[in-house]
Amino acid sequence: MARIPEGLHYTKDHEWVRIEGGVGTVGITDYAQHAMGDVVYVELPEVGDEVAAGDDFVVVESVKGANDVFSPVSGKVAEINDELDGAPELVNQDPYANWLVKLEVADPSEAEKLLDASAYAKLVEELEAEGS
Amino acid sequence: MKRTPMYERHVAAGGRMVDYGGWELPVQYESTGIKTEHLGVRSKAGLFDVSHMGEVSVEGARAEEWLSSLLSNDIAAMRDMQVQYNIMCNESGGVVDDLLVYRYSQTKFLLVVNAANTDKDLAWLRSHLPPEGVSMEDISRRTAEVALQGPAAEVILKKIADFDPASLKFFYFVDGVSVGGIPAIVSRTGYTGEDGFEIYVDWERGGEIWDAVMKAGEGHDLIPVGLGARDSLRFEAGLPLYGHEFTDELGPLEAGYGFFVKLDKAGGFIGRDALKRQKDEGLKHKIVPLRLEDRGVPRQGMPVTDEAGRVLGHVTSGGYSPSLDANIASCYVGTPAPAEGENLWIDIRGKLKKGVVIKRPFYARSK
Repeated sequence: MARIPEGLHYTKDHEWVRIEGGVGTVGITDYAQHAMGDVVYVELPEVGDEVAAGDDFVVVESVKGANDVFSPVSGKVAEINDELDGAPELVNQDPYANWLVKLEVADPSEAEKLLDASAYAKLVEELEAEGS
Repeated sequence: MKRTPMYERHVAAGGRMVDYGGWELPVQYESTGIKTEHLGVRSKAGLFDVSHMGEVSVEGARAEEWLSSLLSNDIAAMRDMQVQYNIMCNESGGVVDDLLVYRYSQTKFLLVVNAANTDKDLAWLRSHLPPEGVSMEDISRRTAEVALQGPAAEVILKKIADFDPASLKFFYFVDGVSVGGIPAIVSRTGYTGEDGFEIYVDWERGGEIWDAVMKAGEGHDLIPVGLGARDSLRFEAGLPLYGHEFTDELGPLEAGYGFFVKLDKAGGFIGRDALKRQKDEGLKHKIVPLRLEDRGVPRQGMPVTDEAGRVLGHVTSGGYSPSLDANIASCYVGTPAPAEGENLWIDIRGKLKKGVVIKRPFYARSK
């Protein structure tokens, strides 16, 4: 069963966000990295880009195809993980340690509307039962 | 979905099963993944379940002449027990399918065709069958096939074959041999660019041949390989895939496979006149190999452009190449096509990414 750490907020599109102060750190979940296969390229936004919750702002390319990543919350791109430039496979190795983007979050309470770890775990359980 | 005799084994080995043209086959295996499987074939050996391919036996006094009239290559020049790559064209010089022809003798042949095109090919062949002199039989459902590919393929096969695979030359085959105690046809052919063998057995023995080869491969790092790596391997090696480099409209000359098209062979073939005209007028299109310099992964169908974004053509096949650790694309463009060292751009989701034209093939195994 996929890894789902506590203390993060999750989306049904398999993104996670950790809110600390006014900063939201965003990545994709273990379920997502496993489903897409070997990651070969990550297309990150520019620092300073404005992002609304639900916008596709990152593309994670695997050997199988391109996967859009949607921002769980609204904000401005403060930092991008440029380690992924030379080593995109870090996303497969540890999708929680290897975040994608850090956002200056406009409204931290937006994250409360997302799934918590146990709600996301239930979603994943259903998907894994379906065999997807 | 249809299943091959090895279905249970794929699932047990952690195969991620997908629908491939109506067949339930593994795209990759859990513990390895596409990249590891790809590199494994290049460095050691991999085993592919290709039982979904179509097989057609053709016999009769007129077999050679008939096949030659439908296929692009020089069937009459084949030696007995040789395998030849052929392209079956339509009247306009487009492609019905590409296939392998196994010649037993002037009056007996085996055709191996793409799984996705088997029904279409059979209909095409039947519609062109003369009233006498040739008979054909679809033996696809009775024939299972595995492909053992990689530098260690020969040493692995030697352990379980009742003949010495070292004596089997590239693009030749043997019949009436046994592999792992199972009667088989074995050819030294493959779709990866590596050394390797394709092994055909009766459908019911499919599971056994898989087990026999996997066991023989223990100690040689033999791994099962799925459809994902099958595609990345063939693409890297410059091998065409119907639906990508060949279509109803995209023919063999423009795709760059003129070597297999014998325009001057006696008796001609369907599509010959259209292809000769293409050649005489000068090919209007060409497929050039591109290596991306900007970040991004090119995929089939993406537009190929100039620096200003003007569309020059499209990508026929594209993706990440594990052996080159680069993103590569085959680009179908108008002639005169850019030369080696010149640039083309690929429109990847609205952004123009720069690439450089390189020499074919993307990957070639060291001799």
